[in-house]
Amino acid sequence: MKHLLSTEDLSLANAIRILDTAEEMAAVGEREVKKLPALRGRTVVNLFFEDSTRTRISFEAAAKRLSADVINFAAKGSSVSKGESLKDTAQTLAAMGADAVVIRHWASGAPHRLAATDWIDAAVINAGDGTHEHPTQALLDAFTMRRHWAQLHGTPSAGADLKGMRVAIAGDVLHSRVARSNVWLLRTLGAEVTLVAPPTLLPIGVGQWPCSVSYDMDETLAKGVDAVMMLRVQGERMNASFFPTTREYSRRWGFDDNRLRALDTLGLKDTIIMHPGPMNRGLEISSAAADSPRSTVLAQVRNGVSVRMAALYLLLSGDTREAAATASSGTASSSTAYSNAAHSTKESH
Amino acid sequence: MAHEQQDAARTGSYLIRGAAILGGAAQDLLIRDGIITGRGTDLAGSDAADGATVIEAAGLVALPGMVDIHTHLREPGREDAETVETGTRAAALGGYTAVHAMANSNPVADTAGVVEQVHTLGRAAGWVDVRPVGAVTVGLAGEQLAELGAMADSRAKVRVFSDDGICVHDPVLMRRALEYVKAFDGVVAQHAQEPRLTAGAQMNEGDVSAVLGLTGWPAVAEESIIARDVLLAQHVGSRLHVCHVSTAGSVEIIRWAKARGINVTAEVTPHHLLLTDELVRSYDPVYKVNPPLRTDSDVQALRAALADGTIDVVGTDHAPHPSEHKECEWAQAAMGMTGLETALSVVQATMIETGLMGWEDFARVTSTAPAVIGRVADQGRPLEVGEPANVILVDPAARWTVDPSKMATMGRNSPFAGRELPGKVVATFFKGHPTVLNGELNTPYRHGSHPETTGPAGAN
Repeated sequence: MKHLLSTEDLSLANAIRILDTAEEMAAVGEREVKKLPALRGRTVVNLFFEDSTRTRISFEAAAKRLSADVINFAAKGSSVSKGESLKDTAQTLAAMGADAVVIRHWASGAPHRLAATDWIDAAVINAGDGTHEHPTQALLDAFTMRRHWAQLHGTPSAGADLKGMRVAIAGDVLHSRVARSNVWLLRTLGAEVTLVAPPTLLPIGVGQWPCSVSYDMDETLAKGVDAVMMLRVQGERMNASFFPTTREYSRRWGFDDNRLRALDTLGLKDTIIMHPGPMNRGLEISSAAADSPRSTVLAQVRNGVSVRMAALYLLLSGDTREAAATASSGTASSSTAYSNAAHSTKESH
Repeated sequence: MAHEQQDAARTGSYLIRGAAILGGAAQDLLIRDGIITGRGTDLAGSDAADGATVIEAAGLVALPGMVDIHTHLREPGREDAETVETGTRAAALGGYTAVHAMANSNPVADTAGVVEQVHTLGRAAGWVDVRPVGAVTVGLAGEQLAELGAMADSRAKVRVFSDDGICVHDPVLMRRALEYVKAFDGVVAQHAQEPRLTAGAQMNEGDVSAVLGLTGWPAVAEESIIARDVLLAQHVGSRLHVCHVSTAGSVEIIRWAKARGINVTAEVTPHHLLLTDELVRSYDPVYKVNPPLRTDSDVQALRAALADGTIDVVGTDHAPHPSEHKECEWAQAAMGMTGLETALSVVQATMIETGLMGWEDFARVTSTAPAVIGRVADQGRPLEVGEPANVILVDPAARWTVDPSKMATMGRNSPFAGRELPGKVVATFFKGHPTVLNGELNTPYRHGSHPETTGPAGAN
């Protein structure tokens, strides 16, 4: 692995390797001194062409815990907003000796351009590009699901995939890089995915994706599901006629209190509710659902740091071997992130 | 131009020996002072060939000079992308003897003054006939008809009108334009793109766009406009030309319209005959073009339609861009590809080497038909005695690897870069003068001192 650009082309071996490494990184997060010397002297640039404080600080925390030097480059208010091109920015960072570039961009494919051109030789990590992919989000989601799944079955997380897990991803799939990255990664890990959305918010061509598609949230829940991932829906979409009103959207596709109760009625006591954040409470997810013990929202945030540490470590440590056949040990005590999720309701969103 | 010393009528005489005329039997062609003065076997000994420069053409195919119905020369306004001089050099090297220069320059070619400027620049360059296309609406704004009559009556004698790059989407305006151009035997060349269905569109809408997260350009946005326009053309009894047809559905609509006797012609670009949206997976903006690259089934339908005559012509939509407009994010990049210097090879690869067409058909779709659509009287003519000597010689056995840095166009945005293609233009005769010899630029044709004279072959 030289870059992490998408989950579509991420092999099962590399996916498991990142997740297993993240388990080890999570253990570091439990220590009093949350720091490893692994990337001392290496420079990681967070190159953000789009505002995203959450993702940026997650990558920053990850790089700092690995002792890397971190440069934050926000395109807004910089030379980029004065017309500097991606090429010039990339060449500037290359001249400054960046070892890795974590790029968030509003344009789909911008990280691929950095990786494919000779503008810069650094490792490129896609931190979300347009409506294309957000691979570290999908990896942290998979990490969260894997811990849940392993705990349910009383087996260790390390080395495991997600075979047999039923995942519903609901909301604005059309504009969601999170949905795309999750569909590919969950397929690779063996989970069964159902996309739930109004037909207007599904891309033409979704029929070719390795998942099922439903227009009916209640039917999807009734069939049985182990994780429900709610995607952020922008209220402005209603102005472009993707749906009539936010209220109608909530009634048909939101995870509201009725559906939260339905999980109990249906006997789905272990089903978790996920959301990549930031949430629109009352639109795609009700407060009761977001704050319920089923919610993994804060565990996802916590796991994000571990997964990003793993990605940075694997790309920059020079260790480019394929994953070993046997998973590393020493992760048996690392289910803390998951069990903390139960307490997440008390924390501020 | 009044000071050009070369007498237009004296372009010398050339004996082309043993060329396969339109891919048929090998014959000699004698060219003298702009006219084909002999055709037959072994003209070498004849008195007529006395003093002629001999060009050995065994193994080469002789074809009428190609006529591009759709070229962007960028001048005036974007001389950093292309000029009339560089664009027409590229045209000559590609086997063209005439190009239609699209109207989306800056200022827009929406007045007699601008089309005459482009026309004059073309004559001064002397590599090919430059036939300016006039804008349909003032400033391509889609609101008010430009002075189509003034452009038709100008020295540029405009017959093709187009807002290419932008669709004439207002149905009333399109109707009026179609009606109005009947007054001077004009044609409206439509860029069929429903604007609301393509807001922010980046690539073909389908399986690939779904994965790449790029805003889709649905086939229906093209097809719905073509359907509307053929019905409008029928209603007002006028002539419609559809630019760069890109979908299988469009082909079906045009086939239906032609069966009903509607006066519609259609064009396909070389890139739509070869490339598909799978290439966009690289996010390399060299593959960004409007209309976008479609699917393989569209490509196959377009090839079949060109072979059976549903699509009348190949137009390059040659669209050079400075590199900074392509060395960027996909969404930021300009749309368009160069095409003049690769068109012949791509058509040979996709239509001739596949067995769908012969060289006679090639001459029809690249020369005869586009000359008729553009009402270019002295182009696209048969290679017969007495006809104007717009002739090219092609080596169909040649193989070459596309290297944009070696092209005459200023644009480096060729989607065929690095590909090996068949067929090479060896010589181009424009009005009897060799603008290209041995596959390299020779010298331009020098027009006579009278601007209205179009050279020895003009025979106005």
